Parts: sequence; C-alpha cells; structure tokens
Amino acid sequence: MSLPKPAMRGLLAKRLRFHLPIAFGLSLIAAAAFKFGVTEPRKKAYADFYKHYDSMKEFSAMKEAGIFESVRPTGK
Amino acid sequence: MLATRVFRLVGNRTLSTSICLRGGHGVAKVEDYTLPAYFDRRESPLPDIKFVQQLSPEQKSLKEKEKGSWAALSKEEKIALYRISFKESFAEMDKGSGEWKSVVAGIFFFIGFTGLVVLWQRKYVYGDVPHTFDAEYKQKEVQRMLDMRINPVEGFSAKWDYENSVWKK
Repeated sequence: MSLPKPAMRGLLAKRLRFHLPIAFGLSLIAAAAFKFGVTEPRKKAYADFYKHYDSMKEFSAMKEAGIFESVRPTGK
Repeated sequence: MLATRVFRLVGNRTLSTSICLRGGHGVAKVEDYTLPAYFDRRESPLPDIKFVQQLSPEQKSLKEKEKGSWAALSKEEKIALYRISFKESFAEMDKGSGEWKSVVAGIFFFIGFTGLVVLWQRKYVYGDVPHTFDAEYKQKEVQRMLDMRINPVEGFSAKWDYENSVWKK
C-alpha cells in the first residue's frame, strides 16, 4: 500500500521543456512551407507576367472590346 | 396564545407555509436543499457529509472497531468503512459515460431534419432567382470580365488564352 511520492514541483517546467521545442519547430516549418509554397511562386508569377508585358497592346485590346467609358472603340 | 388566535383569523393559508411555533414566534421548516449535501467531485475530494447517514447495526459496530487500532481491520472492513463515507471512488466518478453517442446522434438527427425544412422552403417559400442568373446573361458577364482583364496574373483572366479565345488547358 505504499506508493512512490508523486512529483510535486516543476510540472509546468517539465511540460514546457517537452512542448516548446516542438511548438517552435512546427511554427518554423509552417512559415517555411508558406514562404516556399505560396509567396515565392506568387512573386515569380508576377515577375514572369510583367517581363514581356506590353501595356499599349493590352490597352488597345481592352478599348476595342468596348469596356471604357472615356474612350470608345475605333469606328464608333 | 396570541399567535394561534392570529392564525385562526388569517385562515388556513399560513399553516401551509410550514411555520412551526417555538417560543411564541415562527421558525421556518428546514428545507432539504439548505442542508449540507453529498456529491462526488474531483476538485472537492472531501464532501461536507458522509454518504451513509443511517448506519445499520453492522456498520455501527464497524465504526466502533474503527476507534481502535486500524491495523486490526481487515481489507474488506477498510473498504466497507470507505463505502460508508464515500459513494464512488475517484476511478468510478471519473469514468466516462456513453452520453456522447446520444449527443452526436441528436446532432445528426436535427441536421437532417433541418435539411428537410430547407428543401420544403426551396419548393414552397422562395420565389424565382433574378434574371442575372440566366445562362445568356452569365455568358455576357464572363466575356466582359475577360475583356476587363480581371486578375490577369494568377486568377480569372490568367486562365484564358486570348490568342485562341479558349480556356487554357
């Protein structure tokens, strides 16, 4: 009937020692995953789009489609 | 003496409020809920009263034996003494019940019932959708969005092939 005396102190410290490295590790992994999964591809997509972007060509295409109010398509 | 005469004047109503006379003035009857109660709870391990209030003769003799040396008590007697003072052990009170199954079943049932209500509403309550949902109108909408180059980098217009006028594969 004699049980060993249970741990009375340092319970939070013990838990933190175990869980904090895991928490930091997982957070870093999440941040890295977001950076390399989302932000880097997005930056590349924008860079590629604007590398060979001809704004005058796009503008005249939109003008001919008739979406502007200030400048109408040619022949109107 | 005076008090009883007052009661006769007021009528029987005062007697039903259970006032007992003592020393010439009324003392309210002690209600059950005002007395200390027994309950099994992990956070308050020693309740205000023992579980068994009316001891049987064997229990009374056991209590007498408890006043002597505890080493003389057998294991069954110690357990019997525990059960006099407490209803459930910690293991028994912490044990989960199967209640969660009923709760989940109820949740699913009422979600299903809500689905039936929604179906009925769609048939009998709601009117027609606006003309802007017609297929023709939607086609004109999509064409205008492509003309305006909505989200040309990663979104809507990025998926349209402007040279060939088809959606990109």
